[in-house]
Amino acid sequence: MIVGMEKKMGLATRDAYGQALAELGRVNPKIVVLDGDLSASTKTNLFAREFPDRFFNVGVAEANLVGLAGGLAQAGKIPFISSFACFIVCRAYDQLRMAVAVPHQNVKVVTSHGGISVGEDGASQQSIEDVALMTATPGFIVAVPSDEHCTRALVKQAADVKGPVYIRTGRPKAPLVHDVSTKFSFGKGILLRQGKDVTIVANGLLVFEALAAAEALAEQGISAAVVDMHTVKPLDEELLIQQAKSTGAVVTAEEHSVWGGLGSAVSSALSRKDPVPMEFVGIQDTYAESGKPEELLEKYGLTARHVAQAAERVVKRKR
Amino acid sequence: MLGASGSGHPGGSLSAADIVTCLYFHAMRHDPRNPQWEDRDRFVLSKGHGCPVLYAAMAISGYFPKEQLATLRKLGSPLQGHPDTRFMPALEACTGSLGQGLSIATGIALAAQMDKKDRWVYALISDSENEEGQTWEAAGFAGFHQLDRLIAVLDYNKFQLDGAIKDILDLEPLRSKWESFRWHVQEADGHSIPELLAALDKAKQVKGQPHMIIAHTVKGKGVSFMENNNYFHGVAPTQEEMQAALKEIDGDPSLSRALVAAGKIKKGGK
Repeated sequence: MIVGMEKKMGLATRDAYGQALAELGRVNPKIVVLDGDLSASTKTNLFAREFPDRFFNVGVAEANLVGLAGGLAQAGKIPFISSFACFIVCRAYDQLRMAVAVPHQNVKVVTSHGGISVGEDGASQQSIEDVALMTATPGFIVAVPSDEHCTRALVKQAADVKGPVYIRTGRPKAPLVHDVSTKFSFGKGILLRQGKDVTIVANGLLVFEALAAAEALAEQGISAAVVDMHTVKPLDEELLIQQAKSTGAVVTAEEHSVWGGLGSAVSSALSRKDPVPMEFVGIQDTYAESGKPEELLEKYGLTARHVAQAAERVVKRKR
Repeated sequence: MLGASGSGHPGGSLSAADIVTCLYFHAMRHDPRNPQWEDRDRFVLSKGHGCPVLYAAMAISGYFPKEQLATLRKLGSPLQGHPDTRFMPALEACTGSLGQGLSIATGIALAAQMDKKDRWVYALISDSENEEGQTWEAAGFAGFHQLDRLIAVLDYNKFQLDGAIKDILDLEPLRSKWESFRWHVQEADGHSIPELLAALDKAKQVKGQPHMIIAHTVKGKGVSFMENNNYFHGVAPTQEEMQAALKEIDGDPSLSRALVAAGKIKKGGK
């Protein structure tokens, strides 16, 4: 933990999802929720308690879960479907493809337990590939909200979007990086901190780490900007290019594999439009293990210290 | 159609022809002039590779001109190689990855149950789709939730791509499997229109359970050199074979017999 950055804990993003979903249920009767026997973990149980007639626990049967959602959407419902990120995205990927993505069905996939901050459960429950798979899937909006405010806003917006949406939430409590007044919109990054020397583009839990890193970097005389890029697809290329031009270097930071996640999306966009030196903070092509979330984030290089080191490296590479 | 496209799946289309005929021209409430009619019955072709027979039924019903059938599998055609709602919005599902259609049909039936709609939801599944785990996930869900507006027909032609089902992954006892998943199960000759219609009618009388009609069929039905000849699972007929097949379906098997006598018909996995 880097000194100098006040850490105010908020709800876990999965808890914010559960609350927002129940609120949505009160105003939108078309919303139907499906869960695969993990409703206490994904927090769809809040919706289930309030709207038992519109909630279906399909059991441990994720392929059917996704197929059912496709059918419900075809019949005019707005299904929100939840499980751990691994079990919907990785296990039922072909179902997401055929029942949701190809026909562009109005299905909202909101997973929990994204990343390695799942902790003690170990690699089988820690999704590090879901963003890669979902951004490769045509038609999906893909978002990784950073805190409870961001999550609530994006979940509510998802209900109004016509078409498939993927939102990844996390297990542990998430530090607050926004406040209630922040306006969120899919595809619009948020410049949380101005800077001159480097821009840190982060999402999920790593947004807080990026802000803490920027504080530490300031003490060393490096002025770092921080962007919460909650939506990986569509990517806010306008903000990205503006920041690349003004700071001349970019670090991406995410709780996901460095293959196919936010880092890949950002580097792809910048290499087409305005290449600048980049460094990538993420999981380095490996599966993680059991341990406390903070131990895992440290071991696998996902803390403010790692982000700051990456920023120092990239600044040195600037011409 | 298959002759014109040069590729596709004749065997499983012909085995399903009588089933699809019963659905499109008797059982189903649908309006080709208003494909999105809210109160229409719904049909999901889970065995997506059998879509030529579905397209034929839709063309004859009036969803699109029969001439369009010749565009099957051609670039830009609404008649995609497997059903695709993007190109033909009158379809209810994108299928072709086996084992998924029953879940989608179950979802549609679930919505009907929630909204207390009296529409029927039909799914046509293949025998080999019973090898997919997802089929049984859907079966369990539909049985448990008593989705009695869901009627599945199983085209049991006894063959899959690589050969006979009994040699690859025998499904028997199939009837008791479905019964044990709380389905109301009937068996019928899948090429007897009266038997199929009676089974469909009876299904609608039984409440509290989803319905399975195991239709015993012949792969390649109606064309002697294609019947039970698994070569024609996924290979379209040549021009010569097509002429013979069409003539035979019209009641004259002479060309088919001549092709067989000349040793020109390829044979596929038993």
